[in-house]
Amino acid sequence: MNQTLNEKQKWYWKKNIQLIISLLIVWFLVGLGAGVLFAEPLSKIQFFNVSLSFWFAHQGSILVFIILILTYAIRMDKLDKQYKEMIKDGN
Amino acid sequence: MSVEAITIILVLITFAIYTGIGWWSRVRDTSNFYVAGQGVPTVANGAAIAADWMSAASFISMAGLVAFLGYDGTIYLMGWTGGYVLLALLLAPYLRKFGKFTVPDFIGDRFYSNGARATAAIATIFISLTYISGQMRGVGIVFSRYLQVDIIVGVLIGMAIVGFFALLGGMKGVTWTQAIQYFVIIIAFLIPAFAISFQLTGNPIPQLAITSSDIVDRLGQIQVDLGMTEYMAPFTDLSMINVFMVTLALMAGTAGLPHVIVRFYTVKSVRAARWSAVWAIIFIGLLYLTAPAVGAFAKYNLIDTIADKPIEEVQSIEWVSKWETTGLLQLDDINGDGVVNFTGGEDNEVSIDGDIIVLSTPEVANLAPFIIALVAAGGLAAALSTASGLLITMTSAVSHDIYYRIFNKEASESQRLRVGRMTLLIALAIAAYVGINPPGFAGEVVALAFGLGAASLFPVILLGIFDKRMNKEGAVAGIIAGLSFTLIMIGAILSPSIFGTEAPILESFFGINAQGVGVVGMMLNFIVSFMVSRMTPEPPKDIQELIENVRAPELDE
Repeated sequence: MNQTLNEKQKWYWKKNIQLIISLLIVWFLVGLGAGVLFAEPLSKIQFFNVSLSFWFAHQGSILVFIILILTYAIRMDKLDKQYKEMIKDGN
Repeated sequence: MSVEAITIILVLITFAIYTGIGWWSRVRDTSNFYVAGQGVPTVANGAAIAADWMSAASFISMAGLVAFLGYDGTIYLMGWTGGYVLLALLLAPYLRKFGKFTVPDFIGDRFYSNGARATAAIATIFISLTYISGQMRGVGIVFSRYLQVDIIVGVLIGMAIVGFFALLGGMKGVTWTQAIQYFVIIIAFLIPAFAISFQLTGNPIPQLAITSSDIVDRLGQIQVDLGMTEYMAPFTDLSMINVFMVTLALMAGTAGLPHVIVRFYTVKSVRAARWSAVWAIIFIGLLYLTAPAVGAFAKYNLIDTIADKPIEEVQSIEWVSKWETTGLLQLDDINGDGVVNFTGGEDNEVSIDGDIIVLSTPEVANLAPFIIALVAAGGLAAALSTASGLLITMTSAVSHDIYYRIFNKEASESQRLRVGRMTLLIALAIAAYVGINPPGFAGEVVALAFGLGAASLFPVILLGIFDKRMNKEGAVAGIIAGLSFTLIMIGAILSPSIFGTEAPILESFFGINAQGVGVVGMMLNFIVSFMVSRMTPEPPKDIQELIENVRAPELDE
C-alpha cells in the first residue's frame, strides 16, 4: 500500500464521504426528524389507519434504515469498480 | 403432553443442534484458525451478526416495552436500528480494513497509547457485563416459566448452558451456530405474530395489519377509557427532548457495542463487511418491524382478556396462574369488588412485567402448545447467541488487550488462554449474580452502559477514522471529559437508587434524563478532543500512514 494517499485515492475518499453525508442526512430527517422533531405536526396527518408520525416512528424509519445500508453497499461497489478502472486506464 | 414437556423436548433438540454445529465448525476451523469466518458466505455471516446483535432484550423485552410506552417506544425501535446505520456506514468497513482483533486494539494502536487501550478495554468489559446480566435474566425468566422452577434456579441453569457453549465454541466456531440460532429466533418470533395478527385483524402480515386495520385506534380508545395514556400520541410518557436524546444515546451507544463490531473483523474483505451489514440489517429489520405490531396486538389482547373481568375467572386461566407463580404477573383485588381493575391510576390492580408480553402472546392467543414451546426456544436462542458473543468479547479484552498487550508482552498462547478461561468463569459468575439479584437500579445500569458507550467508544473510534489530525492528547482528554461528565450526571440524577439519597441531587440536566445524558457527554467529548488536539502536536508519521491505509480502497479480495 502507498505511503500517502495519491490523487485517485483522495478522490475515492472524497466520494465516500459525500455518499455517507447524504445518507446520514436522510437518516436524520426520517428517524429523528419525522419520528421525533416533527412528530406533533405529522401526527395530524392520517396514514391509512394510523398517524403518519406513528408510522414513521414504529415502521417507516426502520424500512428507510434498511434501504440506506443497502444503498451504501451498492454505491460503494460501483465506486470500487470506477476506481479500479481508473487505475487500469492509468490516468 | 403438557406444554412444559413439549418445551423441554424442543429446547433439548435445538441445544443438540447448536452443540453439533459448534463441534462440526470447530473441527473444520482448526486447520485455518486465524482466517476463520472467511469461508462463511456473507448471508450466513449476516444472520450470525443479527443473532449476536438481537439479544434477550430484542426478543423478550422490546415488544413489551413498546406495548407499555406506546408511541414513545420508538426510542428502542429507532435507537437500536438507527445505531446500526451508524455502525455500518461509519465504523464497520474501516475497522475491517484496519484488521486487528478487538476494539481496544484499534483505539490503542490509533492513539499510540496504552492508557487509551486500557480505557477502551475497561469500557468494553463494563458494557459487556451489563449486557450479559440482561441475557441471564432473560434465560432465567424462560426457565422459571417453562420448568416451573424458581428464577434463581433458572438463572443457574442458564449460566451453566451459556458457559458450556462459550467454552465449546470460541469465537471462530461460533459463526455457524449463531446463523442457525437466527433462524430459530425469527421463526419463533414470526409464527405467533402471524397468528395473533390474523386473529385480531384478519390480516396475517403484522406489518401491514398495524396500518391497514383499526387495531391501534381501538387500542388507543380502550386505553383512554381505562385511564391509561393514548397509545398513538407522541410524548405521553417522555418529553420530546428526552425521546430525541435517549434515541440518539441508544444509537451512538449501540454503534459502539464491542461484541458486534468484532464480528466485522472476521469477514474476508471490506466489501464483504458492507454486504454482511446489509444482510444483518435485513434480518434484524424483520424482527424489529414485527415487534411494534406484536406489542400493540398483545396489549390489546391482554387488556381484552383481563380488564374488568371477575378476578376468579381470570385467575383460573392457565397462563395467568402460571405467570403468577413466577411473580412477573400479579393480580391483587385491592378494593375487594371481585373484579380486575386494569387502569393507569391509583386503583390499578394489575402488576405486569413487560418481559412476559412476547412469551405469553401465544398462550393469550390460544395457540398450539408446540408454538408456545417454540417461543421459549427462540427466547433462549436469542439470549444464548448474544451471551456467547459477549463472553468472548470480555475474555479477549482481559486476556488480549490488558494482560497480553499491556502487562505481559511475552505471554505464551497457553498463558493467554488460561487468563481467558478464568475471565470467562468470573464474568459468568458476576453475570449470574446480577441476574439473580437485579439491583434496584438494573435499568439505571443499562442507561449507564449505553451512556458510557456513547460518550467514550463511539466518538473515539469515529474521530480515529475521520479526523487524521486527532492525536493521543485529544482522544484521552475527550474520553475523560465525556466519561466523567456522563458518570457524574447519571450519579446525580439517579442518586436515590444508586447512593440512597432521599431526593435526586439533580432532577435532570436541562430536562434531559439519565438515559439521554450520554449524548451531552458525547458532544463534550467531540468538542474537548477537537480543541485539545489542535493545541498539541500532530500524531506521528506512522499513525498518519495507518489512517491513510484504513481510508484507501481495497483492491483485491
